Amino acid sequence: MTEFLNMGGYGAFVWPCFALAGFVLIWNVIAASRLHAAARERALQRAGAGEGGR
Amino acid sequence: MMERTGIASAALLAYRRDLLLALRHWGQVAQPLIFFVMVTTLFPLALGPDLSELRQIAGGTLWVAALLASLLGLELLFRADHADGTLEQMLLSGQPLAVLALAKGLAHWTVCGLPLVLLSPFVAASLGVQFEAVGTLMLSLALGTGVLSALGAIASALTLGLRRGSLLLGLLVLPLAMPALIFGARAIDMSIHADSARGPLLLLAAMLVLALTLAPLAAAAALRISAE
Amino acid sequence: MNWTWFHKLASPPHAYRIASRLAPWFGWPAFLLIAAGLYGGLVLAPADYQQGDAFRIVYVHAPSAWLSMLVYGTMAAAAAIGLIWRMKLAHAVAAASAPIGASFTFLALATGSIWGKPMWGTWWVWDARLTSELLLLFLYAGVMALRASIDDRDRADRASALLAIVGVVNLPIIHYSVYWWNTLHQESTLTKIGKPSMAGDMLWPLLMMLLGFTLYFGAVLLLRLRAEILRRERDASWLRSEIGR
Repeated sequence: MTEFLNMGGYGAFVWPCFALAGFVLIWNVIAASRLHAAARERALQRAGAGEGGR
Repeated sequence: MMERTGIASAALLAYRRDLLLALRHWGQVAQPLIFFVMVTTLFPLALGPDLSELRQIAGGTLWVAALLASLLGLELLFRADHADGTLEQMLLSGQPLAVLALAKGLAHWTVCGLPLVLLSPFVAASLGVQFEAVGTLMLSLALGTGVLSALGAIASALTLGLRRGSLLLGLLVLPLAMPALIFGARAIDMSIHADSARGPLLLLAAMLVLALTLAPLAAAAALRISAE
Repeated sequence: MNWTWFHKLASPPHAYRIASRLAPWFGWPAFLLIAAGLYGGLVLAPADYQQGDAFRIVYVHAPSAWLSMLVYGTMAAAAAIGLIWRMKLAHAVAAASAPIGASFTFLALATGSIWGKPMWGTWWVWDARLTSELLLLFLYAGVMALRASIDDRDRADRASALLAIVGVVNLPIIHYSVYWWNTLHQESTLTKIGKPSMAGDMLWPLLMMLLGFTLYFGAVLLLRLRAEILRRERDASWLRSEIGR
């Protein structure tokens, strides 16, 4: 296992790269879903206001 | 019966008008040139007075200074017309907008780029550039400022009327200008080292031809987008 | 030819529905491919003769670089469709793509830079590939900044679309000039015709990662597209039946 983490001495370079990649992959999904939630809120408000706000 | 103004005379009118306006506000026109000289002066001050060392970076320095000075000069291109409504007149005039944009771009180069090229030998001497390299230097800057004017016209048209448009203008132009910078600076460097700079110069000329062909169309489209 | 299916596709409720339904079909295969690629690349593939285990960074670096360019192409194509046919949906796709592409350009730069340290000894080298990626990041930044500076959505759409197209025309010029300017980077491992420089065991995880990332882009694009459609929708009454409150 330690051999795996060590990556032939290059562990300090390899693992940050994969960590960064994981971060970017996860961030994109989270950002997309947060944007969607916010847009959905606002859109529903607009629809609700349009009908009931008289 | 009213005569329709032909395309050529409309273009000529636009060109002459811009030249006249620039001459009237020659203080504004001089600013990019002064900036060019000042930026070039920064490098000897920062790096030391050794001319043989300065010569090594002269090509790049001159080009970067020219690039930044051109960015300043782009203010003059469409903003005044946009502000006072002349741009709308142009849009409504029925003349092909791309031709008018080209004419304005040429006027801009005559007023900003050409003086810079003429000034460059003197500025270059302060960086240790030898006399034999001046021809290539001026040609490189002439072609390069042409490309910059063309690209700048597109970016200027896109950012009309925006708050902090000048900063955004710089951000948009610089990446597009980098290929020209690569070849232009390289040409000067090769000439300083007594090599033939034909290769880079020809590529720079090709870029200019491409820019002159396509940029007016893009600038015209951008003007329409911005004016609505 | 009956084009109603096409126009129907572009209508917001329809596009929203389709994006929602399609996303998992991209997302789950992407997840599996990336997981398999990671296992193959990190565990199964043998260490490289010259670079040792450091070469494994290619399994995230190459897909990111690939994606950075694929997304820009997608963005520019969507921009052109939006400008020429005035399709709002196309502009929405362009708007949704830009941040995704920028994030992967950043990842390509970061992983490329980190990979460079053990290979070339410095944290940064001005070689053709990295410099090109950097300029690509600037192009993304310009498109995103322009869009953000314009309040009117229509003008923002069309201005950033035009800029994206100008950028894509410039891309080959940028690539060529940067390559001419410097030739340090190792040659592309996949585009060589004939003998690839990667052994089979090293290659298949890379291909899986490339495909996985591509499908991932599809999934995330669809997710972002849903948000864009909602943002642009003036008449959101169809939403209440769609999502229900």
